[in-house]
Amino acid sequence: MTDYKTLNYDEVSVGDKLPPQDIDITTGLIVSTALATRDYEPVHHDKAVAQATGLPDVFMNILTSQSFMTRFTTDWSGPEAVVKSLDIRLGAPNVPGMVMTVTGEVKAKDDDAGIIDIEVVGENNIWGMHMQGTVQLALPKGA
Amino acid sequence: MNTEEQRTFEELIYSYVGKQVCPRTAAKDAVNEAMIRHWAEAIGDRNPAYTDPEWAAQSSRGKTIAPPAMMYSWGQEGFPVVAQGRTPDAQSELVEKFNENGFFGTLGTNVKQEYFKEVSPGDTVYMEMVVDNISEQKATARGIGYFFETLATFSDQHGDEIGTQRFRVLKFIPPAEQAAATESADSALEVPTRIASPRGHDNKWWWDACDEGKVLIQRCRDCQTLRHPPRPMCGECQSMQWDSIESALAGEVLSFTELHHPKIPGYQYPLICAVIKLGEGTNLVANVVGCEPEAVHIGMPVQGKVEQVDEKTMLPQFYPA
Repeated sequence: MTDYKTLNYDEVSVGDKLPPQDIDITTGLIVSTALATRDYEPVHHDKAVAQATGLPDVFMNILTSQSFMTRFTTDWSGPEAVVKSLDIRLGAPNVPGMVMTVTGEVKAKDDDAGIIDIEVVGENNIWGMHMQGTVQLALPKGA
Repeated sequence: MNTEEQRTFEELIYSYVGKQVCPRTAAKDAVNEAMIRHWAEAIGDRNPAYTDPEWAAQSSRGKTIAPPAMMYSWGQEGFPVVAQGRTPDAQSELVEKFNENGFFGTLGTNVKQEYFKEVSPGDTVYMEMVVDNISEQKATARGIGYFFETLATFSDQHGDEIGTQRFRVLKFIPPAEQAAATESADSALEVPTRIASPRGHDNKWWWDACDEGKVLIQRCRDCQTLRHPPRPMCGECQSMQWDSIESALAGEVLSFTELHHPKIPGYQYPLICAVIKLGEGTNLVANVVGCEPEAVHIGMPVQGKVEQVDEKTMLPQFYPA
């Protein structure tokens, strides 16, 4: 069993930046994540159907974008953090061949609730902003 | 759609506000380790709170939990969506009304999920959903349309609320060029280039020279005054006779700004946009490259070069001299 560290509420400051993550967008990733989130809409696994909507290829489903957003924050915070909310604005689609870079910064702290607001942005290298929003995490307080 | 038709249409769509999309329904599968593991593998999430029962046993929770982002996944219909299509409900009826009236563009724009209680293997997720609100008609960048929002409420087998989800969708009339794009062939992913220079009657010659690697400055044939950007008449003597000289592209930064947001596809960042005072006396708007943005300052001596900046574009760019 590996020892996992979780950030304490007091260790985190507004302005802290999270380590960026690069995610290679492949057909395999788009199809696998769509099915793992139980999203069988054909635009996420059938290229011909996706092209009929005007896009070059299958594209990432929203539940996966949400999943990458929470993963990005809990990879940083550690496993005892509790995700309280996720507020996401959607931009350009992620299609195979792109790389999405996810960055984030702590924007606010609520001392009474022990909750931090993290602004997260996912930009792909071809079309720009894919997702932008806020994840709220409750972090353990005290020793 | 005239005003009368629009009123009738809006009465129809607004009648869907408050309608139930689905009553409180249990997910086909209880929360389980296998589906969580499949999700964790695909997302690449190694959080032991989801997939490591041994770690979880000694954690503050005492057991593994489902990833919160899976909250909506549990109730998804699955493969029948492909095989038979979605079961009609108030939402699909509403979408159909939009489609019938030309608003056939669909774009998910926002999702907000709030989580009140974590669930673990063995729990059952229930979901109910209503059409919560529909906006007035909006002119958006995508086209004229309406935003509608569904509100899903999630609960467990004890009736405790697990969380909520607000999903906002834009239904819009797609512009003509977008309809043409639906012919999209099986082509490679096209990397966007910079916004193409507008070449008109009075400035095409300038851009054509730029394509040849030269920056020209227009000169009045009568009074010899230089001018830029290109225009038909001399501001000094009103002569319409002109020729041009080639700039040596030596100059200094007169003013500049750094463009941050929104990032435009096709441009490299950091992006410094400057007004350069050329040695010949005229000003030129161009990018400053070849140094950190912090190093750029007013009065900075620069030397320009006409360079290919992307597959389709030649532009003068300025370097610290």
